Amino acid sequence: MFDFTEEELKRYSRHILLKDVGVEGQEKIREAKVLVIGAGGLGAPVALYLAAAGVGTIGIVDGDVVDLSNLQRQIIHSTADIDKPKVQSAKETIQAINPHVKVREYKTFLEASNALDIIKEYDFVVDGTDNFPVKFLINDACIMAGKPFSHGGILRFEGQTFTHVPGTACYRCVFPTPPPPNLVPTCSQAGVLGAIAGMLGTIQAAEVLKYITGVGELLTDKLLTFNAKTMDFRKVAVKKREKCAICGDQPTIHTLIDYEQAACDLASHGK
Amino acid sequence: MAKITVNGQEQEVTLPLSLIELMTNNNVEQPEMVSVQINEEFVERENFPKTQIKDGDEVDFLYFMGGGAF
Repeated sequence: MFDFTEEELKRYSRHILLKDVGVEGQEKIREAKVLVIGAGGLGAPVALYLAAAGVGTIGIVDGDVVDLSNLQRQIIHSTADIDKPKVQSAKETIQAINPHVKVREYKTFLEASNALDIIKEYDFVVDGTDNFPVKFLINDACIMAGKPFSHGGILRFEGQTFTHVPGTACYRCVFPTPPPPNLVPTCSQAGVLGAIAGMLGTIQAAEVLKYITGVGELLTDKLLTFNAKTMDFRKVAVKKREKCAICGDQPTIHTLIDYEQAACDLASHGK
Repeated sequence: MAKITVNGQEQEVTLPLSLIELMTNNNVEQPEMVSVQINEEFVERENFPKTQIKDGDEVDFLYFMGGGAF
């Protein structure tokens, strides 16, 4: 029933050896379709680990090109990739690691007009974006489409993540509306320790693989935060809110919203 | 003195104490940037000014965190 080649059995042997994964789990991983939104600091480690793990189909959404300042943390891209579309650079790296993976490139930014169409093809969505308008868009689109997703955010020396599956707390249950533009600094304004992206991205990748294989307990209804200065990790219990505007009892949001970006983010998009 | 927990750390505070005062004491300069939970219950932003801290409360300030791509 499992038609893995000898090459694949050897490639994935350290997964297959795991009692909780086995050949059955590896088959689920191969059948899985995961969408990674943003091929940047978080999307890079997420996509690399999912590719190495043998996720059958990986979609990557990013409208940007590789910039020299990305390379401090976006380890899916190399110096030779500067000015190349991030989706192309990411695809080449993924296929060098694991030619079995089918990569679908979306050289665009996620917007209200394309979000549902792109997301609907996938089993799981990973938020690896750097700005709040798209984080809220991913949340709302995934709620509407009934898709599980992993939220991730990093800034300076800190990171936060949680996993949503239908019925559990969503991003708006914790943060009802986006912060006013320009009030919250993004990485491009405030800086970030490169390795933090790897710390958080690999947590997100592990959550995806746990979801696919059904192993363990997901970070649902829990916000995991860490501060790398002290290496303190905290899990804060969060609840689905009855009054949540998107997943509550009487949702007030029925269409996707393109929130206004901070002006400096828009400027960096255009470059 | 009352004992409360703020983001997992015990603090001794003097009551009465409003949530806004607690935010100031904990250097939360921009309330727009945090979500607040008290004893795992979400506090609506419009209720921040009238919310009073009680002995034994567990308060979590959850910050917006945006980075990732780019």
